[in-house]
Amino acid sequence: MEIISNNLEKDKKDMRKVWEKIGDYFRANSIWMMWYCTGCGAIEMPPTMTSRFDMEQLGMGPMATPRQADVLLITGYLSAKTLRRVIYSYEQMQDPKYVIGFGSCTINGGIYYDSYATMKQLDHYLPVDLYIAGCMPRPEAVMNGFDTLISMIKKGEAKGWKHYQENYDWYHENQLHSLGEVYVKDEFHE
Amino acid sequence: MNFIYAFLLLLFAFFFQTSITGINRKVMARLQRRRGPRWFQQYIDIFKAMSKGSTSHGWIFDFGVIMALGGIMATAILIPIGPLKAFPDVDNIFIITYLLAVGMLGMAMSASGSGNPWASIGVSRALTNMLAYDVPFMVLIVSFIFAFKTSSLSGFAALQQGAGVMGWNFFRFPLGGILALICLQGMLGKKPFDSFIAPAEIASGPMVEYGGRHLGMLFLLHEFSTFIEVSIIVHIFFGGGASPLEFMIKYALLYTFMNIIAGVFPRFKIDQAVKFYYKVPLALAFIQGLIIIFTGLGVS
Repeated sequence: MEIISNNLEKDKKDMRKVWEKIGDYFRANSIWMMWYCTGCGAIEMPPTMTSRFDMEQLGMGPMATPRQADVLLITGYLSAKTLRRVIYSYEQMQDPKYVIGFGSCTINGGIYYDSYATMKQLDHYLPVDLYIAGCMPRPEAVMNGFDTLISMIKKGEAKGWKHYQENYDWYHENQLHSLGEVYVKDEFHE
Repeated sequence: MNFIYAFLLLLFAFFFQTSITGINRKVMARLQRRRGPRWFQQYIDIFKAMSKGSTSHGWIFDFGVIMALGGIMATAILIPIGPLKAFPDVDNIFIITYLLAVGMLGMAMSASGSGNPWASIGVSRALTNMLAYDVPFMVLIVSFIFAFKTSSLSGFAALQQGAGVMGWNFFRFPLGGILALICLQGMLGKKPFDSFIAPAEIASGPMVEYGGRHLGMLFLLHEFSTFIEVSIIVHIFFGGGASPLEFMIKYALLYTFMNIIAGVFPRFKIDQAVKFYYKVPLALAFIQGLIIIFTGLGVS
């Protein structure tokens, strides 16, 4: 009983060091995003960025390349073709990094649930930190989701990137299962 | 002792310019009818970038960033703040101009070292932009050196003090003043002269492969180079400042004005920018130079 209690206590305790907490404060209040326009969610991003909703008041803004970005937004369904590119982009981002899935399609395929070419569960291939409900989520829901992500980062709960590193074999196996091996190694085939 | 002053000057330059940048992000947001971030958002961005991991593309990539930042910081310590100087008698416009080039070339070396074609395109645009605005600007500066027999920033500033606002070179040489502001826009890399960091066209150009700590150092570089460039114009055209506070106020107003100009312009293509600089500003520079040489108008 005492052992179990100690384990539970340890699991709940915040394991972050002081410097990590300080870093997480900065990372929570300055999130640069890269969104991959895979589906209809992309159309919600311009109003979220511009004067009506203004995500910059949260310290968020768009960045041009995965090297610079902190969060990858999957704004709809992924096909087999786009999933490969999304994985490449994710792996080019610097740690720590986060993924947000928009809408039903990233959870269960949404209206494409029976399509042969659509990915049904995004979190089998990438570690999703947060889903935003809706088909498609409105800018209010997107802003609410960003606020939730900020809170998760401050508390040290957004650890998908660690999970990806620690369970890379499982993710990679799923990726290979859906995408297959690339045999021609050049800039046009990978 | 000079190096302590130099270090304090660098600290001042960082905190002052980063705060001004943060406030100006708020100003830009208001121009676009947005609320914008908090005034200290720029600090958070820099420290966030510093707190993340980074990917290297070889020693040229890494060393170039350090060379760029080191070169710009070395230039920044030569800038007077009002009457305060870390190294007296070294705030020469030619020394500052050449040291600025060290930072730019370090940046070019590093970005090219990443192997990304967007970086090479961005760097070539940045250096082309630099060539474009430097020619008319230096024609103007040489005219001023001819007129005032000094090439010292604090010397230029001292000659304008004591005569009020109308004593500023900006009003004594209106053509030169307009030209200086146009060139400052190019120096700062703001619209319409920001084709080398176009996010949608060349994925932010030189910055395409930088992330984490590398990007943090680039943000620092940007703050210091902005401080240098705005300070040069404040000293040469707006009287510098009889006190540090006066200098800071002039600086903040000038920088905010340039940002407001940027907020209402679209982007030039790089060839449009070069053609523009070699037509209008270069013509203004020559006209102002001829006026100074042959009539002495404004010199007293």
